[in-house]
Formats: sequence, C-alpha cells, structure tokens
Amino acid sequence: MNDGGVLLDGEKTESRMRFDWDFDSLRRSYDQISDIALGEFKLDIYPNQVEVITAEQMLDVYSSIGMPLMYLHWSFGKHFARDETLYRRGLRNLAYEIVINANPCISYLMEENSMTMQTLVIAHAAFGHNHFFKNNHLFRQWTDADGILDYMEFAKAYIARCEARYGETAVERVLDAAHALMTQGVNRYPRRKAGGLEEEEKRIQDRLAEQERSYNDLWRTVPQNGSREKRRTTEAERRQILGLPEENVLYFLEKKAPLLKPWQREVLRIVRHIAQYFYPQKQTKVMNEGCATMVHYETLNRLHEKGLLGDGAMVEFLTSHTNVVLQPDFDDRRYGGINPYALGFGMMQDIKRICLEPTDEDRAWFPGFAGNGDPWGTLKDGWANYRDESFIRQFLSPALIRKMKLFAVVDDGVSDLVVKAIHNERGYQTVRSALARQFDVAQKEPEIEIVDVDLDGDRRLMLQHRVYDNVLLAEEDIQPVLRHLADLWGYEVSLSEISASSEAVLKQHTAGPTGALAAT
Amino acid sequence: MNIIDRRLNPQGKSLANRQRFIRRARKQIAEAVREASGKSSVSDLGGGGKIKIRRDGIDEPQLYHSGKTGEHTHVVPGNHEYVEGDRIPRPKGGGEGRGREASADGEGEDAFQFVLTQDEFLDLFLEDLELPDMLRKQLKKADSFLPRRAGYSVSGAATNLNLVRTMRNSLSRRIALKRPRPAEIAALESELKTLTESGDDIERCREIEVELEQQRRRAKRVPFIDPVDVRYNRFELVPQPVASAVMFCLMDVSGSMTEHMKDLAKRFYKLLYLFLSRRYRNVEIVFIRHTHVAREVDEETFFNSRETGGTVVSTVLEEMLRVLQDRYPRDQWNIYAAQASDGDNLSSDNAKSASLLEKRILPLCQYFAYLEVGDEEDGFNLGSEIWRTYERLAKTGHPLAMRKVNKRNQIFPVFRELFARDQSTGRAAS
Repeated sequence: MNDGGVLLDGEKTESRMRFDWDFDSLRRSYDQISDIALGEFKLDIYPNQVEVITAEQMLDVYSSIGMPLMYLHWSFGKHFARDETLYRRGLRNLAYEIVINANPCISYLMEENSMTMQTLVIAHAAFGHNHFFKNNHLFRQWTDADGILDYMEFAKAYIARCEARYGETAVERVLDAAHALMTQGVNRYPRRKAGGLEEEEKRIQDRLAEQERSYNDLWRTVPQNGSREKRRTTEAERRQILGLPEENVLYFLEKKAPLLKPWQREVLRIVRHIAQYFYPQKQTKVMNEGCATMVHYETLNRLHEKGLLGDGAMVEFLTSHTNVVLQPDFDDRRYGGINPYALGFGMMQDIKRICLEPTDEDRAWFPGFAGNGDPWGTLKDGWANYRDESFIRQFLSPALIRKMKLFAVVDDGVSDLVVKAIHNERGYQTVRSALARQFDVAQKEPEIEIVDVDLDGDRRLMLQHRVYDNVLLAEEDIQPVLRHLADLWGYEVSLSEISASSEAVLKQHTAGPTGALAAT
Repeated sequence: MNIIDRRLNPQGKSLANRQRFIRRARKQIAEAVREASGKSSVSDLGGGGKIKIRRDGIDEPQLYHSGKTGEHTHVVPGNHEYVEGDRIPRPKGGGEGRGREASADGEGEDAFQFVLTQDEFLDLFLEDLELPDMLRKQLKKADSFLPRRAGYSVSGAATNLNLVRTMRNSLSRRIALKRPRPAEIAALESELKTLTESGDDIERCREIEVELEQQRRRAKRVPFIDPVDVRYNRFELVPQPVASAVMFCLMDVSGSMTEHMKDLAKRFYKLLYLFLSRRYRNVEIVFIRHTHVAREVDEETFFNSRETGGTVVSTVLEEMLRVLQDRYPRDQWNIYAAQASDGDNLSSDNAKSASLLEKRILPLCQYFAYLEVGDEEDGFNLGSEIWRTYERLAKTGHPLAMRKVNKRNQIFPVFRELFARDQSTGRAAS
C-alpha cells in the first residue's frame, strides 16, 4: 500500500531509523532469559522461532486473526482497514507481540520495540505463552501444534483453487455463511484426537463414502413398499441416522447438508478447523495472558537481580508492565470490563504468595498448596490442568477479591441493579463463582443444537437454543445468520428458543434459503 | 532458537483483502465518498482520506446473547461504598461498558471508519459520477513535447548510439561465432616462433600453422563489430502538460439559486478542477460571484453565502475580464471558465453580455462552459434569457459550450460531452 500515511513514513525512514537493539543483543538477551526460564523456573517449551517484523506486517498478522497464513477474504480486509485507522490516529497501540501456537513456536517482535521491550516480549511470548501452549490440557487435546502451519497452507491453497475454479463470489458466499456460524462450529466436548494433515486424504474418502451411505436413507423420495404409516421415520430413527442432537452446526452441515457440493463441504471443514483451533484460546485468555505476564515479570526481575538489566531499563520495563496489568475501577472512564492480564497476573502472584507466605485464611481456603514452598510447581500444575472458568473457581483467593474490591451485581434489564455480593466473608464464594461463570465460554456463548430434521415433510432443519436466566439471542443478527444457515442447508431452517427450566418455547425464528449458493 | 528478520518480506500482504473489502462495500463507500467530497473544497478533491460507512453489507452476523433480555450477573472491580443488597439506580444508556460485554466480540460501533488512498478515493468518486475512463485517456492536446527514454532501437542518430548495449551484443556474437581473441593468435604465433627456432617438432609446427591460418580467416570473417550489434537509445516524445492554467468559477448567487443548484455547480467545478489539475502542473482557481454587482471572493463565501438583488450577468464578465487583465496574461496562462446560473438575467443586459463575451472574453479563453442549473424536479424548458443569448454565440463556432443540468447524475455525462475533444464542442445541447 502506498498512500503516504504514518505507516509509509515509517517505511521510508526505515533505513535512517536507529533502533537500540540489534540481532546480537537479541540473541544474548534470549540466552539470558532462557537460562532463567528453563534453568530456574524449569519451564517446558516448544523450540522457539523469533521473527522480527514491521508495523505494517504486524497489522497484516493482526487482521487475519493472528495467523501468519490465511486464505483471502474481505472481512480480513475490513479488520485491517479498521485496525490501521485506529493505529494511525493513535487510538490504539499495536500489540508488542503476537505468538502462534505452533511447533516450533513462532513469536513476532515488532521492530519498533526498544531493547527492553524486546526482552520483555521474548520472555512473555517465547517462554510464557510457549510454555502454556505446550502444557495446557486444552491445547494438547484440541490443537495440532505440529500441523497447524501446514494445514493453513493447505487451506489457503485450497480456497485459492476453488476461487480459480468456481469464481471468487461463489467462494465468498460459502465463506460468509460459514463465518456466521463459526461460533457454532466447535465441538465443546472432546470426541477424538484431531489427527494430522496426512489423514486429510483418507478423511475426504471416508466422507464421500459416508455421504453416499446416509444420502439414500435421508432423501429417498420413491415410496417404499408397505403402508404409509410404516414409512414415516420415528424420531429415534432420525436421530440415529443423522447423529442428532448435534451442537457443531458446521460439522453437521458438512456431513449432512444435501445440496452442497464437495468443495463447499471442504470449505466448511476448513472454517470449522480454524474455529476449533482457536476455541482453547478463548477459554484460557486469563490463564494464558496471566502465565505469560507472570513469566516476563519474574524473569525480568531476576535479570535485574543478576545485574544483567540496568536500572533505567528496569524502570522502562516496569512502566510497560504496569500499563499492561492496569485494572481501572468500574466507575473509571477507562473501564472496559475485567482486564484478563490484570486478573491472571494478580491470581498468579497471589498463588506464589500463598505458597511462600500463607496466612491462616489461605491455609483454610487452599489446604492443598498453602505454604508448600513450591510456587512454580503449583503454577505449572494450574496452567496444565485448568481453563479460565475452573482456574478462577479453584484459585481465586479472598485476599485477591479484597484487593481488587470485586463485587457482583445482578441486572435484570428493568429495575435497579442489585448488589448480590461484595468482598466480605459472606460474599467470597458468590463473587468467585459469578466471576468464574463470567469467564466460562460455554456460558457466554449461546447453547445451540440441531435437534431434528423433518425428513417426511419439507426437510426443515430444526435448531434449539436453550435459554438460561431468560437471556435470549440478540435479535438483530438472528435473521441474517439463519439465512446463511438455510443457504447451506438448502431448505428452510427454524430456531426455537426454549427455556432450560420449563422447556417452554419462548421464541421462534424461521428463515428460508435465499438461493445465494445455488445461484453460483 | 532461531531469529529471522522478516522485515524485508513483501509488504502489503493484506492488500488483496483490502481490495476485496472495498469491492464488497463499494456501494456504501461510494456513497460516503460522494458525501465526503461534497464537503471538501474544490481543490482538496482527490486527496484521499478518512471516510465513514454504514455497517450493512459489511456486517458479519453471529448468534450471541442479547444484553437486553434476561438476568445477568456481572462481577466488577473497585467497590468503595456498596454493601450486599444495595440497589444502584440503572445508569443511563446501558452503562458501565456492559454493552460491550454482551456484544459478539466487543465491536459495537455503528459506523465503520477507515482511510482510503488517493487512488481509491478518486476511482470511487469518478465512478459515482459514472465516469468511464476519461482521465486515463491520453490527453489530446498538449503544447509541448519532451523526449523520454523508451528502450533501444536498431536505427537512429549516431549521437544516440548506446555503446554498452552495442558492445554487449558484439561480445556475445563474437563468443558465439568463436572469433579468436588477439591474445590467442599471439600465443600461437609465439609458440610457432619458438618451435621454428628450435626446429625439433615439425609436426606440431604444421598443426599450428594450419590452426593459425584458420584463426586468422575466422577473425577476418567475424568482424569485431557488426551492424547487427549496434543499438541506439530510443526516445519517445511525451506530450508535456503546459505550465499553468487558471479556472474561473462564475456563479449567480442571487436569491433564486438554491443549495441544490450550488451543489450541482460545485460538483461541476470539482470535475473541471480535477481534469485541469491532471493536465497542467499548476492550476489556479478564481471564484467570482455576482448578483447585480460582481466580486471576487474566496471559496467559502462563494458557495455559502446567499444574497439578494437583481441579476446582471455582464457584471461578472466584466469582473472576470478585470482579473484576467490584472493577473493572467494570455501568453502565460491557459484560461478556462465555467459559469453556473439559473438563467435569469435582466433583459436589457443580454446584448451587453453577449458582446462582452464574444469580443473580449471568448478570444482569450481556451474554453468557456455555461451550465444552466435547475431544480431537481424541473422538466424541460425552452431556455432562459442567457441561454438564448449564448446559443447564438455557440452556433458561430466559439469555444463555448452549454448544458442544462437538473440532477447530480447528469453532471458527469455533461462534463464528458463538454470536454471530449473529438466532438464539436461548440454545439449547444437541446
């Protein structure tokens, strides 16, 4: 892009710009950090690959949801345009770093960072995030660090091939529809270990076979022998044939939607894989950032103690660090929800304190590890075995609740807000479990399942949203999403919102296909 | 560990995505561009810039919980005064950033804002005016030419001989045809000489003689420089825009000119400016408005104030003439003028205007465009006083063109008709 903005000025002056770091000092710094993180803290990491990039390249990675390789789609351009505008107007800083959950673990450093920032970022990303990716059970179970870059390369090439063959618009329509259903494209409960790229080919074959098998049963229009009554499929049969109920809408469409062409199924599959790859990240935001922040904070303090980091650099580091973990109060203008860095880092510092200098209260609340003298062991165990929701439920201490002055407010959307619990003896449990729920992706995202298909009638696809606490779906997006869904399914789609407590139908939405996919 | 410097990797990886986005949002962006360009001043057009577009069409719908229904429990930090059971009055307008928590991914903005590059902006601006590719067309008229390097040719003047290219061709030809180098011949000769002096290896002597003979023949047959090697620098004459142009914007601002009419005029001036600034290095704009008196003003006043008073067209022509004589000598400036009016004139003034135009102004101008602007709903009319007056002049072949415009979308076609040089520009429109 060549448009005379801030970015370009940056590029032009690149040759003249002086950075206070060079590759030798990066390497030295990396080795010193490595001694501490691996030698003293005994972290366990994937091999590292550190890449230095420019601000504009950072924007690129940013807008393609943090992947170094991504297929082309207008929505990434939209995000790029927005991020770029914010960045140019100085409304937002770019991330200092982006790190990819892959083996080797790739960390991007921006060239504009000062040497101190590069040190911070290496400790944060190349050791903190890296350790978390490698050890957390969700990542181990759900993501394929060895294969992700290969897979993305395959995905990018595949989509480009589809565009060449079927036209950009046709592919774009499928992608638009798939993106709209991306949050409904994950398996929330483990089914089987995701395999590597080498299984791709075999799976495509399996899928075609499976399709042929279920196709006959599903779409038979020729009357069979026997009475009319007998021909009607029973609900149990249907569920069995179709594998219902199914929470992974994209998966269901990929396997069972009658009118999709094979390449369209493959596109759905790609989007579904990407959604699944990012699902653990959504569930471990607090822990992942907390872990990385803890690691960089402890590492840089050790560097300073060992005399490897000057006082000036230490002050610079502390300034950035403090900004990162700042948690404004709810009545502060800067307040924008709970800062996952602040909460994660706060909890981990607190765990360290409980391990080393527990109070009586801590001993009562955390008999398992209070005073065990092994903060890193305790933390590593936590990082490996929990996700945000369970981590908060398990490790948030009364001391931290008091320190952050956390309180829980109930909002029914109509009357005054009611303070349900505050940071006192009576309130700790309530605040803790409310906060845990707040970080539970399964709670935040609507619980939607495909429950039935009208096989004997008009092939309508029926979905259900289980409604808790009367929280319905946001009205404005339902119709567009359902239309996308109907386009993929090929027939009408209905979504009922059902109260989880009384099973009563609260709301009903239907949409028919627009023919957007068929037209191409 | 591996450190890789990726800074020199190709930039602009997301350019393709950006183009797709712009294509996708074309309609909204074009609208926003039109709006933005309506606000900017005549000479600022085409600078690119920030625009805001509506979200429809570029929205990415998702299913998510509504923040407005049901019961939500929020944990928030920073309690100072509340105790359990306290009631807090509902903050106005949602409040406390909860809207963000409830929306799909924290993006609750209504309008989407981003920056267009100059080219993107112009493309969309011109497209909005239904511009085919007028500006990309080779300029048909240019007053001077400059030679520009344009590769090599096999013929040309001796002064343009390109020695490097010629020698390179010659060398490759010599290698290909195995022309012996002088050093090789010299080596053979000296070997022959030593051998004949010592006189022991007769056989070898004969061999060398044969070889020498061949080499000399080949050296003669394969010349050092052959006509096929010769290359000349080739130059192309590129039409050069002449130095400068001045554009007169003349407008009737009497009470009968509505905002809509001024908007039409402004759009026309913009197009004219765009056209001229692509053609000349330096374009100046003179704004003159008139009622029954005429005055040169700045752009702000030109488009935004409205006065009342009679309409006397000759005043504006006189004022233009005055400015011309003061500041813009004919031999240094290309003079263009565009007059916008709703067509009313004092009937006694028509004859004076016509003669001013015919005798004094048109001889100085490259081009004079008269734009009669009307209300959006106006149907066909027979033409105003001015129209009929000017029509006579136009028919006699002066560089004067005239069109009627009611709607925005007529502006570009009209402009194109006026400035496409192949057409006989002097014809009045029906």
